[in-house]
Amino acid sequence: MHPFSYTKVSDLAGALAAGRRGGRYLAGGTMLVDLMRESVERPSVLVDISALPLGEITATAGGGLRIGALVRMAEAAAHPSVRAAFPVISQALESSASAQLRNMATIGGNIMQRTRCPYFRDVTAACNKREPGAGCAALGGFNRAHAILGASEHCAATHPSDVAVAFAALEANVHLLGPDGERSVALADFLLPPGGTPQREQAARPGELITAVEIPAHPRPLRSGYLKVRDRQSYEFALTSAAVALHLRDGVIHQAKVAAGGVGTVPWKLPAVERLLIGERPSQALWAEAAERAADGARPLEHNRFKIELLKRTVERQLRVVGDLAGGTA
Amino acid sequence: MASEPPGSRVPLGAEPASLFSRRTFIATATAVTVGGVAVASDVVPEPSPQATGAPVSGRVSLVVNGEGRTATIDNRTSLLDLLRERFGLTGTKKGCDAGACGACTVLVDGRRVNACLTLAVRLEGAEVTTIEGLAPGGDDELHPLQQAFIEQDAFQCGYCTPGQIMSGIGCIQEGHTRSPGEIREWMSGNICRCGCYVNIVKAVEQAAGTT
Amino acid sequence: MSRRAVGAPLSRVDGRLKVTGQAKYAADHPADGVVHAVIVGSTVSRGRITAVDTRAASALSGVLKVISHRNAPRLAYHRNPSSNNPETGERLRVFQDDRVRFRGQPVAVVVATTPEAARHGASLVVVRYDAEQPSTDLAGAPASAPVTYARGDADLAVGSAAVRLEMTYRTARNHHNAMEPHATIARWDGGRLTVWDKTQWVVGTQRELAAVFGVELSAVRVISPFVGGAFGSGLRAWPHVTIAALAARMVGRPVKLVLTRGQLYSGTGYRPAYEYRLRLGSDRRGRLTAMVHDIRAETSSYEDFRENVLAAGQTLYSMPHVRQTYRTVPLDVNTPLYMRGPGHVTAAYVIESAVDELAHELGIDPIELRRRNEPAEDESNGMPFSTRRLRECYTVGAREFGWERRAPEPRSTRRGDWLIGMGMAAGAHGTVRNPAQARVVLDARGTALVEAATSDMGPGTYTSMTQIAADALGLAVRAVEFRLGDSGMPRTPAHGASQTTASVGSAVQDGCDKLRRQAIELAVGDRRSPLHGVDARHVTVSAGRLHVTADPARGETYQRLLARHGRARLETLGLFEPGESRFSTAAYGATFAEVAVDHRLGLVRVLRMLGVYDAGRIISPKLAESQALGGMVGGIGAALLERTITDHRDGMIVNADLASYLVPVNADVPDLRAIFLEGADPEADPIGVKGLGEVVHIGVAPAIANAVFHATGRRVRELPITAEALL
Repeated sequence: MHPFSYTKVSDLAGALAAGRRGGRYLAGGTMLVDLMRESVERPSVLVDISALPLGEITATAGGGLRIGALVRMAEAAAHPSVRAAFPVISQALESSASAQLRNMATIGGNIMQRTRCPYFRDVTAACNKREPGAGCAALGGFNRAHAILGASEHCAATHPSDVAVAFAALEANVHLLGPDGERSVALADFLLPPGGTPQREQAARPGELITAVEIPAHPRPLRSGYLKVRDRQSYEFALTSAAVALHLRDGVIHQAKVAAGGVGTVPWKLPAVERLLIGERPSQALWAEAAERAADGARPLEHNRFKIELLKRTVERQLRVVGDLAGGTA
Repeated sequence: MASEPPGSRVPLGAEPASLFSRRTFIATATAVTVGGVAVASDVVPEPSPQATGAPVSGRVSLVVNGEGRTATIDNRTSLLDLLRERFGLTGTKKGCDAGACGACTVLVDGRRVNACLTLAVRLEGAEVTTIEGLAPGGDDELHPLQQAFIEQDAFQCGYCTPGQIMSGIGCIQEGHTRSPGEIREWMSGNICRCGCYVNIVKAVEQAAGTT
Repeated sequence: MSRRAVGAPLSRVDGRLKVTGQAKYAADHPADGVVHAVIVGSTVSRGRITAVDTRAASALSGVLKVISHRNAPRLAYHRNPSSNNPETGERLRVFQDDRVRFRGQPVAVVVATTPEAARHGASLVVVRYDAEQPSTDLAGAPASAPVTYARGDADLAVGSAAVRLEMTYRTARNHHNAMEPHATIARWDGGRLTVWDKTQWVVGTQRELAAVFGVELSAVRVISPFVGGAFGSGLRAWPHVTIAALAARMVGRPVKLVLTRGQLYSGTGYRPAYEYRLRLGSDRRGRLTAMVHDIRAETSSYEDFRENVLAAGQTLYSMPHVRQTYRTVPLDVNTPLYMRGPGHVTAAYVIESAVDELAHELGIDPIELRRRNEPAEDESNGMPFSTRRLRECYTVGAREFGWERRAPEPRSTRRGDWLIGMGMAAGAHGTVRNPAQARVVLDARGTALVEAATSDMGPGTYTSMTQIAADALGLAVRAVEFRLGDSGMPRTPAHGASQTTASVGSAVQDGCDKLRRQAIELAVGDRRSPLHGVDARHVTVSAGRLHVTADPARGETYQRLLARHGRARLETLGLFEPGESRFSTAAYGATFAEVAVDHRLGLVRVLRMLGVYDAGRIISPKLAESQALGGMVGGIGAALLERTITDHRDGMIVNADLASYLVPVNADVPDLRAIFLEGADPEADPIGVKGLGEVVHIGVAPAIANAVFHATGRRVRELPITAEALL
């Protein structure tokens, strides 16, 4: 690990000032410290923001939720409002990492999480994300964990977060505070697919800080849930995952929000699946028909071809599970 | 390929990778590495702390097992290394140093965390409890979970045991002991390679019933 | 003599130390003035080092020295045949030349006053290589000359068999991945070297260091009271042990070297990957006539590592015709090493899968098929079995597991999204015994100290030896202390191959028997003793008191006896020298598994497992059960999760961490149960044990694989079984 100076800030103005001077924000630290130890990250100044007043979960007018960026994963998962309104968020969080890591890691840090691609994490391997222009060892290497959706010729690394998949399904917004003030960006616009610049992972401006993730209001009752498919039954990143939220009225699906994880370079919203569900009555046939579109546009690599079929089946399964909750499948 | 150096700070724990990366690969017939790290010869992203004179060490005062301690430490020192290498508290174990095994689990301000991913310099004023702090009464007194681990034979080699016990205490405090299945899931952040999981679950159950 | 401790379900005698964090593992030992070493590993898999630039590292505050082949002294590297170094080949000689033989090979080490500076320094050492294209893929790579075995004419017999099967199975490379990383603290005091090391064999590490540094054995002391799991990885002294000692000598201070988790994948051994082609012939009633085994396994380019992968094919089932060829394939990788049930685990997976395939082919119950092929003697050498109760394992296992509920047809049980299946497999592990010694000292307080240079990587050596000694001396368990893990103690074999209880336990038994007899002789010959004149054969010791067997009131304590004679202690050296056996002796087991396979998502979940074992006498039932359950957990890993994955383009291991080399976590493990058939094997060794640590792991993976087949009707001939194989 390379040496760094350390400063702890107590207010937002102080944080922004330190950020402007070149500081790197440190929240839970579970990712950054790990990558610093591997020399993948080499910040020279760490700005500890854990004391900032960003640790609240509040209801928004209209029935949404605002989750402060520094809320710990464990706290967010256990929060009564989250559990009541958006089980998909709690489930995604509780299927992530371990109890210990969830006690440390924050919501803001989680959506900023960097990929688990082994070639990114090993500084001796070629990686365009780590060293633009160096090439991508994963494309021709062992790429079972890599993306089938959203990859470019420069990078196929998956976004590893679970809760970001739930957030993507629910069309969450990211609140940012920077030198130019506050702004809000849709998560879908905030997390960037690699394209020609895999090193640019977020649409953040210099010195900006995430202050909160806001879940917009959704019609009630909203049934939701998260399914994570993995080799090991716990403490592992997803092979595939599906976040599903359904609102039925009179037995008809009025709103469907679906996103997939483990398969995309960013949390992957599935609008084609959603469109097929709206206005229909739940049935096994419907779930199967809609899920058939889950892998639209997929481009597999040598070791992850199976994920195309697995993704469809994951989505189908979770549509059925949530559909049963939402009023039963015919 | 195009590579814009963003040269900017970004929020919360992440940075554009290129910020601290070299932009061109040193292409020679031979592989060149710096301890495995490709040489960053052409881009010096920031003045290093040493160059700017910013301190790379700091002073931290914290409470470990009820005892106040102050140390001047390298900012890079993890809580795990602070405990083991500076305070001589070697009961907390290093299994992976990457948050992937749970052997280093301790309580910080009452919550179970991985000491390997906790920078010690952040712990000003924190209360840390390690395996050595569970049974301060001396030889005959054990924490109920320690006793349960012995009675249930919830370990073999014993290396993951301090982390299992600290994690089990967290698990019990959190209330995740309503069924063996729930304990299994909420104790999955602690790997036991000897494979004592069945008995670990029994031990946590036993202690949850008595604490 | 009363039998109270042996066979009683005692808790571990070292339990308190382990649950309070007081047990000292290798890196836990305090050493005044210790400094820290971090290895720089090669980033190419094959080639030559052309330059080592240490300037940046050396300039760091706190860095004391950077050592590479450029400045390291030439070391003696004498041959060390009494070790687990492979017989053929040359061990890696650290920092002795510019040759790179595998990726991760130590090419430099940075020594610094703090761990932070050492690690940072290691990241700043610039090494240039003249790299060559490595060969790291077992598939298709040329093999060395085979080791062969034949009886009868297996090729002919298979060709003419009524039923013929031919399959190729593949198993992945597995790493031990004990929770404790390998670590060494080395300190020189003049010409004497003291090493605190993670090892399963302090004497082995002592011999290796003496050979490498060219010093007398007596100049090296190796200490290792606790081992945080090893499963075989501690059976050799790996290069980092030499590096720690070398660094300590060069900087003149004690050096602590802890391998990172990632470095363990190239710094220690592993279970090699295999390609195993099996052809078998049987009659229509399922009587095997022949098997032909063609086996290929990876090894390094510099050492020919071989393990016992042939025994199972020769002895597990009765058949007149067997032919085996075992080829190793030299690759640009580090050398493998024994891992729990070495060879046997792989062979059992293949044979037990194949037998299951045959049973399905013939429509015969898999247990019945095994019964029909149970041998009457060891057909590899014609010896009778001392005890072989595999049939009983089947009977008890089938009954306790509910085997009769298993529908014969695969894919016939479904619960919701899950397909349910049952499978089983047999396993055997030949009992290994080697010479061992143990010192026994009884002091004036009537307490005993027993010592041997053995190890306890988790099975419970401390406890079982204490139990054996307590009974043999007629003492309470709490009056006996057993110590281990110091090369200055009486010699024992390596703590592996399930031989510790048989070998060291027999030496402890012998030493304690001698001491007890010595005390009795002292008493019966002593006019002042109430036992004076009694026939020594009629004297018993219990609870620390010597008395007439038929008249317990007549006797005296050890304390009184020793006090009266002015003796501070009685001391004996227990010896165990296994003789030539007229019997074939092995531990046996049958493992049963029930699995659920998600029929759409391809996920396998083990629902329950049962192991039934014929392992001879069980000294510590509570600990034996833990060991058996642990063997099953390891088998779940091998069957469903574990594989070390190499990118063959450059030899990089892409999952050298515990987040992506998947071992079972708590959530993967359901209810497990172990049953030990009661009894002892008096032919095995004086205490009647046959060894346990290996047999409980052998046969687990095939039981699961067979259950997956039974659940799904799909036969996957590759481990681990992953989702993509079942979609």
